[in-house]
Amino acid sequence: MSVLTPSQTVGPFYAYGLTPKGRAHWDPDGTYSWKETVGSNLVTPDVVGDRIRIEGGIYDGDGEPIPDAMLEIWQADGNGRYSNEPGSRRLPNTAFKGHGRSACDKDGIFQFDTVKPGQVPGPDGKMQAPHIVVAIFARGMLRQVYTRIYFDGEAANATDPVLNLVPAERRSTLLAKKQGDVWRWDVHMQGDKETVFFQV
Amino acid sequence: MSLIYPLDGLSAYPKHLSPDYKSTVKRSPTKPLILAPHTLSELTGPVYGHDAIQENDHDLTKQGKGEPLGERIIVHGYVLDEDKRPVPDSLVEIWQANACGRYVHIVDQHPAPLDPNFTGAGRTVTDKNGYYKFITVKPGAYPWGNHYNAWRPNHIHFSVFGHSFLSRLVTQMYFPGDYLFPFDPIFNSVPDPKDRERMISTFDLENTVPDWALCFRFDIVLRGREQTPPDLD
Repeated sequence: MSVLTPSQTVGPFYAYGLTPKGRAHWDPDGTYSWKETVGSNLVTPDVVGDRIRIEGGIYDGDGEPIPDAMLEIWQADGNGRYSNEPGSRRLPNTAFKGHGRSACDKDGIFQFDTVKPGQVPGPDGKMQAPHIVVAIFARGMLRQVYTRIYFDGEAANATDPVLNLVPAERRSTLLAKKQGDVWRWDVHMQGDKETVFFQV
Repeated sequence: MSLIYPLDGLSAYPKHLSPDYKSTVKRSPTKPLILAPHTLSELTGPVYGHDAIQENDHDLTKQGKGEPLGERIIVHGYVLDEDKRPVPDSLVEIWQANACGRYVHIVDQHPAPLDPNFTGAGRTVTDKNGYYKFITVKPGAYPWGNHYNAWRPNHIHFSVFGHSFLSRLVTQMYFPGDYLFPFDPIFNSVPDPKDRERMISTFDLENTVPDWALCFRFDIVLRGREQTPPDLD
């Protein structure tokens, strides 16, 4: 028997509370007056790692943009340290939080400014390939879906324990691809290109 | 703290596809989810301390030049894990319609008035006992386009962070005795009626403030429990 409080959809109207700045879609001024707590720029002056921008679009089963989706990411810094992990690997003395939140614009486009994460241990102590954990919320999603962003061309992808659970022909849905200055990563909720979502 | 995140409790969550709520049809995965291990990446998560909030962020009646219209209420409770232990220092964000059932969001254009003294957004951080408290006004019901004459029951949206990225929860708090419950596909997307009851706040007379505000109690239980269940006495 479950004791959990059930999940419910974030609905269409969260922007003024959760993503009031930046891509607060549709508002004529682009923002709401409420202060932002969690934004899409994770970079702090003291963070370790190469600065990257991740950009992508999110699309429904008809291939239409989902303009009212919200994405949250969680990642380690460039040295593979999470901001609050227990024990000696704890990230010392930096302000880097490793957590970000992006709304989408009318075309379903989201964006994060962050650093490329380093490798963190997997279940058997072997290192995982650099990756970012993603939770997606939207009207029409009664609970968040979880997925991961990996980086195309990374040698460690070949031995990553989670990526290797995914049928080979679907792994590309988890790979961000370098396009000019940005890493492009799209999310397809359904269809031939349906993104891999995880039960975690 | 080392917690595990069993999947069985997720039976209380709605299925991704819940066709009575029409927007789920094109926005839910069609391929089976891939069962993945819980690595350090899933077992850690962001922590937002008291520097994330400002004075009166928890009081939605003090964000305008004057007081918002509507029935003033206190909403409070505890954020807990699956062992019912408190989750301290947890960021809790809320957003809601005003007393007339209108959101300030630009997409909400239904013909009910906006209140110049009410935006409907609040946030706080739980204390060491996992306790949180908001002061706001009771949100109104509002129509939506899911089906003919569809109205949402009164609700306040909650976004909560727990001990890890797996504890992350977005939900809605409802009010006791709402006559719209039988007709709402979002509320009823939770398969078991007993689980739905945990989304309904309880009227709290003890903490109702005389001559000032009604009080509602809403405890929130997030994923996560000890590896070995605590002794039951």
